[in-house]
Amino acid sequence: MSIFIDHNTKLLVQGITGRDGSFHTREMREYGTQVVAGVTPGKGGQQFDDAVPIFDTVTEAVSTTGANAAVIYVPSRFAVDAMYEAADAGIALIVCITEGVPVLEMTRVLPYLRDRGVGLIGPNCPGVISPGQSKVGIIPGQICAEGTIGVVSRSGTLTYEVIHQLSKHLYGQSTCIGIGGDPLIGTNFIDCLTAFEADAATEAIVMIGEIGGTDEQQAAEFVAAEVTKPVVGFIAGQTAPPGRRMGHAGAIISGSSGTAAEKMVAFERAGISVMKRPAEVVALLQERVASHHTV
Amino acid sequence: MNLHEYQARALLKDAGIPVPDGAVATTPDEVKQIAQHLGRPVVVKAQVHTGGRGKAGGVKIAADASEAREVAEKILGMRIKGLTVEKVLVVPAEDIATESYVGVIVDRVSQQPVMMVSPAGGVDIEEVAAKTPEKIFKAAIDPRYGLLSHQAMVLAFRLYENISQVRQAATIMQQLYRAFADAGGSLAEINPLITTREGAVIALDAKIVVDDSELERRPAIRELRDLTAEDPAEVEAREAGLSYIKLDGNVGCCVNGAGLAMATMDLVKFYGGEPANFLDIGGSSSPQKVVTALKIITGDPNVKSILFNIFGGITRCDDVANGVVSATAGTKLARPMVIRLTGTNEEIAVDILRKAGFEALTDMDEAVQQAVKLAREAA
Repeated sequence: MSIFIDHNTKLLVQGITGRDGSFHTREMREYGTQVVAGVTPGKGGQQFDDAVPIFDTVTEAVSTTGANAAVIYVPSRFAVDAMYEAADAGIALIVCITEGVPVLEMTRVLPYLRDRGVGLIGPNCPGVISPGQSKVGIIPGQICAEGTIGVVSRSGTLTYEVIHQLSKHLYGQSTCIGIGGDPLIGTNFIDCLTAFEADAATEAIVMIGEIGGTDEQQAAEFVAAEVTKPVVGFIAGQTAPPGRRMGHAGAIISGSSGTAAEKMVAFERAGISVMKRPAEVVALLQERVASHHTV
Repeated sequence: MNLHEYQARALLKDAGIPVPDGAVATTPDEVKQIAQHLGRPVVVKAQVHTGGRGKAGGVKIAADASEAREVAEKILGMRIKGLTVEKVLVVPAEDIATESYVGVIVDRVSQQPVMMVSPAGGVDIEEVAAKTPEKIFKAAIDPRYGLLSHQAMVLAFRLYENISQVRQAATIMQQLYRAFADAGGSLAEINPLITTREGAVIALDAKIVVDDSELERRPAIRELRDLTAEDPAEVEAREAGLSYIKLDGNVGCCVNGAGLAMATMDLVKFYGGEPANFLDIGGSSSPQKVVTALKIITGDPNVKSILFNIFGGITRCDDVANGVVSATAGTKLARPMVIRLTGTNEEIAVDILRKAGFEALTDMDEAVQQAVKLAREAA
């Protein structure tokens, strides 16, 4: 088992012929993801790598191939409509890798998807991987291993760093999700924690947050109230100055709110083991997973 | 992107919001002319991208044009929180009866734009929110319809009793929301929104922060960027597709990915050092980006050691290695450098670096400890 994606995920790639889209489609196929269709307006009827049919529209692609998930690699100016188009075509899960989607656009996109029961991961995220089953997005498959740790993060390469530590020490993963570094995103920490808690294949959860907003604080309250599995956490940006945007659009301390310190306190209060540095994930998991077994 | 007050007030004026007369100036003589033209006491306000201008002495009242000139001489060129004042706004000194706060932001929790008002204006609104949250009133906005009239009226009644002022303020709030949406804002605020002795409601200050992701499709807003008001190294970085923020430490950091860049800075601190900067070279980085990154880092005289931390995914380690080699070819680096890379094409990268005389590490903790140690030895 896993969350959000598995063997049965039939993926459609929006922007399959672009530079990023084509590169990552090859990586996903190599990993074993069922890529059933691609969409690039004007290239309908062609084949991608002689294997994946390309369509002009998402609706056409879905009705022909039965795709149930979509990944978006189109440039930011097309990404908003790509999300609406996938939702209108009946896609159940959209993963938007594209960075630079305006926040005010997201205030309209999010209720539109919610009203239609469509899940969204991202935007500005590395996507999802369920090791050994499927990957949707750009997380490098070779650093992952099959196992029982669920990983959820607002970051990209920092997540890879943590996954790398886990795999190196034989802690495989059930599913790893990058939820994205923007201020307004679809699937959030609490959605992932809920899914990991319900997933029989997930034994413990690693949660990687960063400065900006209060998602981690809310997630911590949720962990305290609803999560029985051990949770290990990290917050990036302890040395970040206030008022400056640290790369991610959402990574900014506003006034005195959204600091790493307040998030770490919230984690500790909720019984989450807080790593002081990424490499500590293994030691903390050893403590928590072992003690968890003895309860 | 931050707009200057004079730029933000122009956008508010375009939206129909009453703002005082006045103009922007770059020299004391211009200030004098503007003050003469206004023909009454004026306020000279430093135009810099930071709060707390008043406390820093960047906002001064002058009784007449010649005093305005004197005041401007002091303010122009002064430094406020590390930023040099290049421009001042000259406006008439208003006779203030009351000061309120009106602002709109995108609320991350409700995922909607929210209009906020407070009768406690003219001071830091964060402080009001922390100390007297009961003095802040909010209305969530459905972006499909904008701020509705009755929503604006409900908020305006929290500010004023006089119905004429209530109506004026409600109209201003709707205009403010439109200016915010049209500019692609992540924040727009009027602090203070004043009433004059005559009963008029006027925007005495204006602040707009634009969502960087909106700039691509808004060329008119994009042109408002004032490069002279920003750190030159940060400007150079942005133009090269890098994300750079200068800090006060001495370990220069070059990382791919914002989260890992922050975690690297934190780890420098954890091992007793101080990071000199945040620098994210982004995904799919070319060797040229690395060359620019190194130039920017070594341009900071505080930097005593340089730390590369690369986790190859989309970023290929060999691209980074080639960048390091071409950036250092022919010149001897004046600071010691520690390179950590792992992931995509790691072996090729290590080979490229070794041939050029560099060692490469694969462990992040080890690399950070070395960089901290080298910085300490050089300091």
